[in-house]
Amino acid sequence: MRKITMTLGAAALAMSFAQSAAAEKLTVYHWFEYIPQELLNEFTAETGIEVVMDTYDSNEALFANLKAGGLGSYDVAVPGDYMVKIMNDEGMLDTFSPSELKNFGNIMDQWVNVDFDMGRKSSIPYQWGSTSFMVDRNVYSGDIRTTDIIFNPPSELKGKINILDTAGETLAFASLHMGFPQCSNDRAQLKELSKMLETAKADWASFNSDGAKDVLASGDAAAGMIWNGFGAKARAERGSLEYSYPDQGYIVWMDNVVLLKDAPNRDAALKFMDFLLEPENAAAVTNYARYTAGVKGVEAYLDPELVTSPENNPPADAPAGTFIEVCAPETQALYDAIWTQLKK
Amino acid sequence: MAGWITKGGHGAQTSIVDGKQHILLMPAWVVIGILLVIPVLVMLIYSFLTQDFRGGVIWEFTLEAYDQFFIDRGLFGDDPPRIEWTYIGIFWRSFLQALFAMVFCFLIGFPTAYFIATRAPKSRSFWLFLITIPYWVNLLIRTVSMKFLIRDTGPLNNWLMSWGVIDDPISMINTNFAIQLGLFYSYLPFMVLPIYASIERYNFALSEAAADLYSNRWTTLFKVVIPAVKPGIIAGCILVFIPSLGAFLAPDLLGGAKNFMIGSLVEEQFKGQSGDWPFGAAVSMILLTIIMIILLFYARAQSRDNTGGH
Repeated sequence: MRKITMTLGAAALAMSFAQSAAAEKLTVYHWFEYIPQELLNEFTAETGIEVVMDTYDSNEALFANLKAGGLGSYDVAVPGDYMVKIMNDEGMLDTFSPSELKNFGNIMDQWVNVDFDMGRKSSIPYQWGSTSFMVDRNVYSGDIRTTDIIFNPPSELKGKINILDTAGETLAFASLHMGFPQCSNDRAQLKELSKMLETAKADWASFNSDGAKDVLASGDAAAGMIWNGFGAKARAERGSLEYSYPDQGYIVWMDNVVLLKDAPNRDAALKFMDFLLEPENAAAVTNYARYTAGVKGVEAYLDPELVTSPENNPPADAPAGTFIEVCAPETQALYDAIWTQLKK
Repeated sequence: MAGWITKGGHGAQTSIVDGKQHILLMPAWVVIGILLVIPVLVMLIYSFLTQDFRGGVIWEFTLEAYDQFFIDRGLFGDDPPRIEWTYIGIFWRSFLQALFAMVFCFLIGFPTAYFIATRAPKSRSFWLFLITIPYWVNLLIRTVSMKFLIRDTGPLNNWLMSWGVIDDPISMINTNFAIQLGLFYSYLPFMVLPIYASIERYNFALSEAAADLYSNRWTTLFKVVIPAVKPGIIAGCILVFIPSLGAFLAPDLLGGAKNFMIGSLVEEQFKGQSGDWPFGAAVSMILLTIIMIILLFYARAQSRDNTGGH
């Protein structure tokens, strides 16, 4: 009896091993609410590779989890521009040669030589967009092309403002408002920035990133910082919302698919990158997330509404956006202290 | 294991069944050892290490994290040292919030438990069952639903307005009231169940005896019932107070995450931009120490009660 059980057990064990070897797997660490599940299903149907996805809500959370031991369990992740550089400096990224990706040539020319990954050795462009804010025009009909809406709001909006709960973007946006550099060491500037934020906070209702769309769409907030594509989705739910490209400037960013160091399924990861560089698939992400793809030839597949959407088309006289800068450790510590002071 | 029990002498067998042998605690010890003691030790060690930029630690001993907690040297670190009130303030706010949650839970939970315990034995399990129903749903989902319910455009405000009770929506979301509501709703059963267990064992003949001695109902309640069920009340208070202290779902989702609570302050150190692990560990250690001191005082008071009682 015992022998039979043992044999059966061994057989079951062998079968489970055989099965795991047969089904190739890919583990993706991705922003929340960004890639449509149908696209992942299509990848599985095309390649037979099963996709498992975990999500995060800020570049910092992604980094923290990988640093705390997540490296080696994920194959690809989707960090923003500055985070690609930080992760690369930390040795968290693997490299590939352009010849390993048959669709490498599909990358738009302006996104090949980017300063956070010259020549695209570890990353491919995914989507890019901007970070600014939206206002409910039913609540406030005045001029919204100014960062005063967030940091020195008109009385109609006081107490009805949501802020992104990400120190990096919010402090960079505040620096644009003040006209200060992002990585300032100037004492007077930093003190002024901190003071301005503490005053402005009295007029804010909440800090929320993954709920940034929901608070606007539901009317809990009448103005709120948001990413442009997420804002387009909010407008689809509440037509009176308008995205602003303020005169003081706004943040631009590019998310990138990176090949992680110690990826358990490197081949599957490269296949996935190739898949995302197909114009049709890049467009599918764009149509879902409402940002802008970094891949050539997507136009034919895009939702026509996107081509003219106000979130994706800054007015002609809007200033150029600003990328987030990576500060030196001692400078970064000052900004961290300002953030803690703000939320104490 | 099975073989050991049957082969062992008669005495060993009965002492296991009687629960006299420590072997029964083995699974619990293993779980506590691996899942509690080791992680706490790791945090204790980390709190004395040097911060690595953006998360991680450098293996060099320092008191930097504790210094940061207690001493304010200004934004640039060269002001004359003063007491740092920022983090003490965060602790104070969290303690106050937990204290309020505990009091509200008691005020609602005690009468509820009393009601259930005085029903006919058959219907008690039905009432207890009702208490546990909300717990079939995940805490996050319950908290988000609460948010939907009380928002300015939510059903609660809509009803009140349609009944003419109020003209404009009451802003409840993103206030301390909302946080309290969330905590109260999350932890009420932790108060009800231990008190219920105590009252159920309470001998109501004592209340009758008090009445015979011309005690009115309130005197009976305060002088007889409450002292008799005190252990259940204290257990309930501890069970509500401690999780409320570390709660960050309710403050973040219902309170708008405007101010750090102890829980979110620690979370920010590990998950946020600053990535200051030793500081996060130090904050946790300070909290752990405070709670242990409170519990020690409670245990001492308890044992004094037991030995010096009448």
